[in-house]
Amino acid sequence: MIWDTIFAPFAEFAFMRRALLGCLAIAVGSTPVGVFLMLRRMSLTGDAMAHAILPGAAVGFLISGLSLGAMTIGGLVAGMIVALGSGLVSRMTALREDASLAAFYLISLAVGVLIVSTRGSNVDLMHVLFGTVLALDNAALVLLCSIASLSVLTIALLFRPLVLECADPQFLRSVSGLSAITHFVFLSLVVVNLVAGFHALGTLMAVGIMILPAAAARFWAAAIGSLILVAALIAIIASVSGLLLSYHYSLPSGPAIILAAGIIYLLSVFFGSVGGIVTQALPRRHIET
Amino acid sequence: MSSRRTLLKSATALVAASFALSGPVFAEEPIPVVATFSILGDMVERIGGDHIELTTLVGPDGDAHVYQPTPQAAAAVAEADILFINGLEFEGWLERLAEAAAFDGSLVVATTGLEPIAFDEHGDHDDHDDHDDHDDHAGHDHAEKEAGHDDHDHDHEHDHDHAEKEAGDDDHGHDHADEHAGHDDHEDHGDDHAGHDHGAFDPHAWQSIENAIIYVDNIAAGLAQADPENASVYYANRSEYVAELEALEVEVDAMIATIPAERRTIVTSHDAFGYMAAHYGLEFKAPQGLSTASEASAADVAELITQIKDEGISAVFVETITDNRLIQQIADETGAIVGGTLYSDALSNKDGPAATYIDMIRHNAATLSQALGS
Repeated sequence: MIWDTIFAPFAEFAFMRRALLGCLAIAVGSTPVGVFLMLRRMSLTGDAMAHAILPGAAVGFLISGLSLGAMTIGGLVAGMIVALGSGLVSRMTALREDASLAAFYLISLAVGVLIVSTRGSNVDLMHVLFGTVLALDNAALVLLCSIASLSVLTIALLFRPLVLECADPQFLRSVSGLSAITHFVFLSLVVVNLVAGFHALGTLMAVGIMILPAAAARFWAAAIGSLILVAALIAIIASVSGLLLSYHYSLPSGPAIILAAGIIYLLSVFFGSVGGIVTQALPRRHIET
Repeated sequence: MSSRRTLLKSATALVAASFALSGPVFAEEPIPVVATFSILGDMVERIGGDHIELTTLVGPDGDAHVYQPTPQAAAAVAEADILFINGLEFEGWLERLAEAAAFDGSLVVATTGLEPIAFDEHGDHDDHDDHDDHDDHAGHDHAEKEAGHDDHDHDHEHDHDHAEKEAGDDDHGHDHADEHAGHDDHEDHGDDHAGHDHGAFDPHAWQSIENAIIYVDNIAAGLAQADPENASVYYANRSEYVAELEALEVEVDAMIATIPAERRTIVTSHDAFGYMAAHYGLEFKAPQGLSTASEASAADVAELITQIKDEGISAVFVETITDNRLIQQIADETGAIVGGTLYSDALSNKDGPAATYIDMIRHNAATLSQALGS
């Protein structure tokens, strides 16, 4: 029974195993980034960046069709331009980061929609928006796993400055020249992970697997290390259960995965051990404190 | 559905009005007409010839499911005397475009009068087996019905032919009005049918040659009503084209006949071949639904893979307008070969293997029979 429900789909079908591997790579790679985004109150930045990637992916598509390489490079370039551009404007002028990012991503999004619409009747770019987690070929899997490894390694290298940037950016700026570099490297990680995510889940859904597990983890852990672990775990559970939901109930896979993460988030909001609504309302034993 | 009905009714009214009001039209000026997609455009071109100036909105290799109209498209629609559409909700964006462009010509719905295949797109996985049986059954039913319908239609055509000749001789108006009334009945019939059924209809009706002949009849009638001066030319073109289509049908019948009964399940990327399936007793399977804009579910893909393995299906087919990565993945997993490219919703470029409707149908049948035939 349990075998049939949970393991048989993956044992029987290679495409399910591929989808699972792709999702695991994204879960491991992008949730730490999501945790830092959340801690820096930049959760919506992920969404903005996902839109910023669109024109690059579209240009890549127009140049060489549904090619993994061209769309990846295009997405990276567009994302980097927006990340660096908005970062530079906010550091060199009085405009705050959120406003300059909004400006840049809206420009990028408009360019993207323009490109998609002028040439869009030719094979649907809807697949860039929706993704094809069920159709990951070897090249796509290698790309996803490489990006996940790169992302985890970079976070490990920059862990201390990243934590400092979250806690006290002024202090980091005063004691070290790493502040600016850390910031840009971090934004690049956001872009790289979103580009990886859009191959599997589409640009709209890639942000979900980055932010939702991080937000849910906030209700289960307080220390940053355990936050990252819990978030990755939640992302993995969401990926598995989303794929199984898609398999057993005939639902589109990408949205099913994000919805699974969303349900975990909502449950966490109520029942999370750290500040969940129900947990807060329960009478506490005061002796321990 | 009701909006489509309104559209049809208003179209009927417009056709009637334009007919009633139109005086002699100068034959030297080609009349501006718009067809929504390449396959329909090719048919309109064949019937209209030099007497029309055709604009096709969704060109070769374009996907009409997700088309976004441009201002040029709106301008073309605004200036057009006749707008040819497929109907059956194939061009979901058209109503808004026609309204936005203040289109005031006549609307010709090419699928008017044909028996649409109902398509219910629900995915209850547990019921899938029963569901499939039901589908088979429905398919056969439709095939029979279509055959019956067709006989009727051929009779009807003969009537038309008579009407044409008479019309050429004397009273233009009455005959056309009669013919038009005939079509009206058909439309009403179709709408009643729509009212009974809950699911949407499969719009890809052109995949059956019999239906293509109905398309051609509708196109010829539409052109003749808008441009009575050249009615005889249009009907002559129609007869010539229908003869070609009938010859094509013989050819395609022979090609499909080479596919043995046990190899008649065909896997392709989206559900565009329902009418061909019903006509030839083929069964088409697709991970994506009727529209290319939907995302496949793991259940659908798994079901397809199981079926390919169980039935020993040896080849899958890709389409020009869709993202074929999923079908490639399915082929890799099952060991089936990719048997070729089918043209479903759009013609190829001029140099391609499916530059016209006739080429497209021939190419599809040849591709299928080469990969699956004995």
